[in-house]
Amino acid sequence: MEIGNVIKVLFFASLREKVGCDSMIFSLDDVTTVAELKKALIKYDPQFIPVLEGKVLSAVNQELVNDNFKIPDDAEVAFFPPVTGG
Amino acid sequence: MIRVTEDDFNVADEYRALINDNGKDGAVVFFVGLVRDMNQGSKILNLQLEHYPAMTEKALQRIVEQAKSRWQLGRVKLIHRIGSLSINDQIVFVGVTSQHREASFQAAQFIMDYLKTEAPFWKKERTPEGERWVDANDKDTEAKSRW
Repeated sequence: MEIGNVIKVLFFASLREKVGCDSMIFSLDDVTTVAELKKALIKYDPQFIPVLEGKVLSAVNQELVNDNFKIPDDAEVAFFPPVTGG
Repeated sequence: MIRVTEDDFNVADEYRALINDNGKDGAVVFFVGLVRDMNQGSKILNLQLEHYPAMTEKALQRIVEQAKSRWQLGRVKLIHRIGSLSINDQIVFVGVTSQHREASFQAAQFIMDYLKTEAPFWKKERTPEGERWVDANDKDTEAKSRW
């Protein structure tokens, strides 16, 4: 049986605190975009609504991407607030 | 060329490394960012710097490479600290050398503007009223748009 696309999802800073954990494994039936992954997470648990709506940056395999980016298999997807280093 | 570390750095050592045996460059520009005692109207006691370890060096590397493709640069050094920092502590160092000053001045600004908006670091401040995550500053996004 196909397991589908297994994605490691990471959260940082204020998002990590809102979710209450720093990472989770999420499985999707199909290749999907970042926007679709956000929707799937919200559908899975509405607690993601305040986490993922609003100003959130996304990185796939450690590169900043936009919502239309297609997530490859076995990817690491990170969600975090706008950065404040320097 | 890039260092992400809990340890402090010594500006004199970094300056020496940028100019040592570097006869072709006539300009060196460096910037040091420090922890301020006030931010967004509150007194700051100290701060915690979180980052995304697997991504941080990649992101910084990319920023330095972009700078190198835009200007003719000699050496570039970029240091960013993580972990617990107190008032007046050094947070970030960017040092750039080039034949003439214009490239170094611009590249140092470019690197800081991109670091401020694309490198995965987050500051959490401790104030007398409690802890809070620092909000990203729109001015930083505006500063980046000039490039």
